[in-house]
Amino acid sequence: MAAPKKGRGPSGGQGKPGRTLALFLIAMIALTAGMFASGEVKPRLGIDLAGGTTITLKAKAEPGQENAINETNMNTAVGIIDRRVNGLGVSEAEVQTQGREHIIVNIPKGTNEKQAREQVGTTAQLYFRPVLTVAGSEPTPPTPSAGSTPSAGASATPSASASGAAADKGGDDKEKEASPSASATTQGRAVTDALKKAPTPSASTAPTTAQSPEAPAPPTPDPATAKLEQQFAALNCADKTQRSSAGKNAKPTEPTVACGEGAPGQWEKYILGPAEVDGKDVDDAQAAIDQRTGQWIVQMEFTSEGSKKFQKITARLSQQQPPMNQFAIVLDGEVVSAPSVRTTLSANAEISGNFTQESAQDLGNILSYGALPLSFQEDSVTTVTAALGDEQLKAGLIAGAIGLALVIIYLVVYYRGLSLIAILSLIASAILTYTIMSLLGPAIGFALNLPAVCGAIVAIGITADSFIVYFERIRDEIRDGRTLRPAVERGWPRARRTILVSDFVSFLAAAVLFIVTVGKVQGFAFTLGLTTLLDVVVVFFFTKPLMTLMARTKFFSSGHPWSGLDPKRLGAKPPLRRSRRVSATTEPKEA
Amino acid sequence: MSRLGSIGARLYRGEVGYDFVGKRMIWYGVSILITITAVVGLVVQGLNMGIEFKGGAVFTTDRATVSASEAKEYAEEASGHDAIVQELGNGGLRIQVSSLDTKEANKVEAQLAEDLNIPQEEIAADLVGPSWGEQIANKAWTGLGIFMILVVVYLAIAFEWRMALAALIALVHDLTITVGIYALVGFEVTPGTVIGLLTILGYSLYDTVVVFDGLKEASKDITKQTRWTYSEIANRSLNSTLVRSINTTVVALLPVAGLLFIGGGFLGAGMLNDISLSLFVGLAAGAYSSIFIATPLVADLKERDPQMKALKKRVLAKRAQAAAKGEPEDGPTEAVDGTEPQDAVPADAAPAGAVVGQRRQPARGRGKRR
Repeated sequence: MAAPKKGRGPSGGQGKPGRTLALFLIAMIALTAGMFASGEVKPRLGIDLAGGTTITLKAKAEPGQENAINETNMNTAVGIIDRRVNGLGVSEAEVQTQGREHIIVNIPKGTNEKQAREQVGTTAQLYFRPVLTVAGSEPTPPTPSAGSTPSAGASATPSASASGAAADKGGDDKEKEASPSASATTQGRAVTDALKKAPTPSASTAPTTAQSPEAPAPPTPDPATAKLEQQFAALNCADKTQRSSAGKNAKPTEPTVACGEGAPGQWEKYILGPAEVDGKDVDDAQAAIDQRTGQWIVQMEFTSEGSKKFQKITARLSQQQPPMNQFAIVLDGEVVSAPSVRTTLSANAEISGNFTQESAQDLGNILSYGALPLSFQEDSVTTVTAALGDEQLKAGLIAGAIGLALVIIYLVVYYRGLSLIAILSLIASAILTYTIMSLLGPAIGFALNLPAVCGAIVAIGITADSFIVYFERIRDEIRDGRTLRPAVERGWPRARRTILVSDFVSFLAAAVLFIVTVGKVQGFAFTLGLTTLLDVVVVFFFTKPLMTLMARTKFFSSGHPWSGLDPKRLGAKPPLRRSRRVSATTEPKEA
Repeated sequence: MSRLGSIGARLYRGEVGYDFVGKRMIWYGVSILITITAVVGLVVQGLNMGIEFKGGAVFTTDRATVSASEAKEYAEEASGHDAIVQELGNGGLRIQVSSLDTKEANKVEAQLAEDLNIPQEEIAADLVGPSWGEQIANKAWTGLGIFMILVVVYLAIAFEWRMALAALIALVHDLTITVGIYALVGFEVTPGTVIGLLTILGYSLYDTVVVFDGLKEASKDITKQTRWTYSEIANRSLNSTLVRSINTTVVALLPVAGLLFIGGGFLGAGMLNDISLSLFVGLAAGAYSSIFIATPLVADLKERDPQMKALKKRVLAKRAQAAAKGEPEDGPTEAVDGTEPQDAVPADAAPAGAVVGQRRQPARGRGKRR
């Protein structure tokens, strides 16, 4: 009448309980050793228990957009910053608005403060713009050596009018090799190759070149082009102020100049066409290591709309001559990388650059969560003490310890010898929970707040439920007149099913909440999922094998009065009537 | 323990037991009463949402004249709301107070200036938005909705739709009671409370599923026999796993009770009270509802199923037949809970009848409710 489900496998004839147990213990010891080796012997505490740092950000109105600082945008910004600093929702950071134009970000002690500050402040406006011109960092007198400009063949593209003017300046693309911007090409090529490896659903390239009207930008009027030319000529990317202001505040629909770092310390300047794909088109992004070069890159996946746009731009660019076959990935006005395109691409793209693991991860993180609607500047950074203080945590821990002691007393009184197995399992479960939580601190910024500490204590109690389910099964089997060893084995499949079914529900809750929600709820879901998995792991790989082993000892198998498995005390029927008892248990089902 | 153990054995065999299913109306009544109280509490009192949800006012000063805990007291006294006080790196204080608007904030600021002995100009007051904003809350609701749907689908597949429905009702019952208690006691709802509620959500279902799993197993081949109706089987299954249910509940509740009564009570950790109260009430309600509400509900629903109706008819006919024969071979000797003894169940003619003596069904009289 109900669907069958897992856990009904062959009955648990466990061949090598000793080996399972040994493996489990080795794993546990390895984890503990890992914890001590990493020096993180305590779980990281949340801001309510440990205090932390408060960063106050002030929204900056951009000229002409004073209205941008409103409640909607501020709330959006809070949401995005929250996801940036909270990542998986486990780091316990808090973000809220203060007054009309401030956002305060609280990050718990132990979090990498510098990294967090960089992350919260970055606006993360991301654009993909076609490259029209590339040059070395110095201001360009119109000499052939420095400028590398597009070929005339580009005229079919919408961006051509902008670049056409640039082409007047002279120089042809052959000179690019000789130009100081050589590093840009290397960099671009690495990406191209990587891009080529990415799956390309459509190899069709052609028609886009001719059908330029679909491109967003109208041909730029000449005065603007000339102005851009001037800007470009005057731009000195080696200069930090100029560099940072160059691409800032550029309207996405207009061409712009921008700087980018080719090799470390090697700057190039670009004239870029209007943006054709932007950060909103990025569905997901993460850091990865390029298999070929061994360098850190950021992989992006586009939304379906983004894929279409990206396909268009790459189809067109792949038909162009260098450097017009490059597109620039522009983040907050700076060119992060400018790969050249050889084939049409769609769903994925990679950004390579001079990334370290950290900067790649940061960028991936920032891109995944989108751009801030406003730009912010840091107003103040100050440390704050814990809102709850030590005594709360201590009280919680003491109370929790007393509670667990009561659990143990109860188990001892009720289950006697059997409680030894339960207590050992509880200890194993506690050690695993503790070490894993400690290790997750540095790994994913996992931090425990007071509710989570309580949750962990409760979770350990719930773990004990699984042992009880199993023990009661064994006892029922004994009551049916079985001796211990068959009882242990026969009780297991049924207990296992109960444990799996009920843990599955908990795990379902954890998984759904983790995927759908953000912030603290997500953090909770993580803890719930973790403890549920640990419950299953402990019961399967520790409690059960231990029980099998114990069943072999005389103390338990003979049903010693203190073993908790004494058939007489359990009210088992004497063997004489065993056969009848056996039929009796199943009776309601088949009589 | 030997006594306990033997009670366990007798429960297991159905020699003793409590008629959970038969007396379900009492417990439905109790639950409805509690739920109504909770709902009334919610409507009348409302929930006292914390600063994390509603925002509030924040007062900052560069100079701390009192300790953080004293400042907390002052602030709570001045505003009548919960306050969070943190010491700042520059030696100042930050005091956050929930649910204040600009006007109230000014008053509190003046009062604080007096209490802390600082000129009012040196205290900066500002309104803060919620750190647990609508966006987070909406996503949490979405997540909850999706989870409920999935869990109902899962339970409907793994068990059956009736159990899924009953589990859902039990879950809503538990959550309503817990939230209601919050409204009645007037504790401030913090993110910690929400986490507590979610823990209950998980536990309540976990516990219900454990009970249902036993029920499912007990009723596996129910249509192939004519000794017991579904309700009786459900009751048997509850009783035979009662020890397990009690033990799991005690073990889950003990640590929370420790947190609530020792941590919150003796050691006076206020925040612990908030969290552990919701956990304690919720876990207790979860354990109670699995046994007293969810299973009887399944039995109720099941008895409406034509198959089960037919079974009941067959069972009753058989009993009547046996009674007519006037040979109740094993008199119910061990019914301990005062269910009407003699009115039923002479052994059936089935081969298994040989062991019926030990398998007395205390609740067997239920079948006679006509």
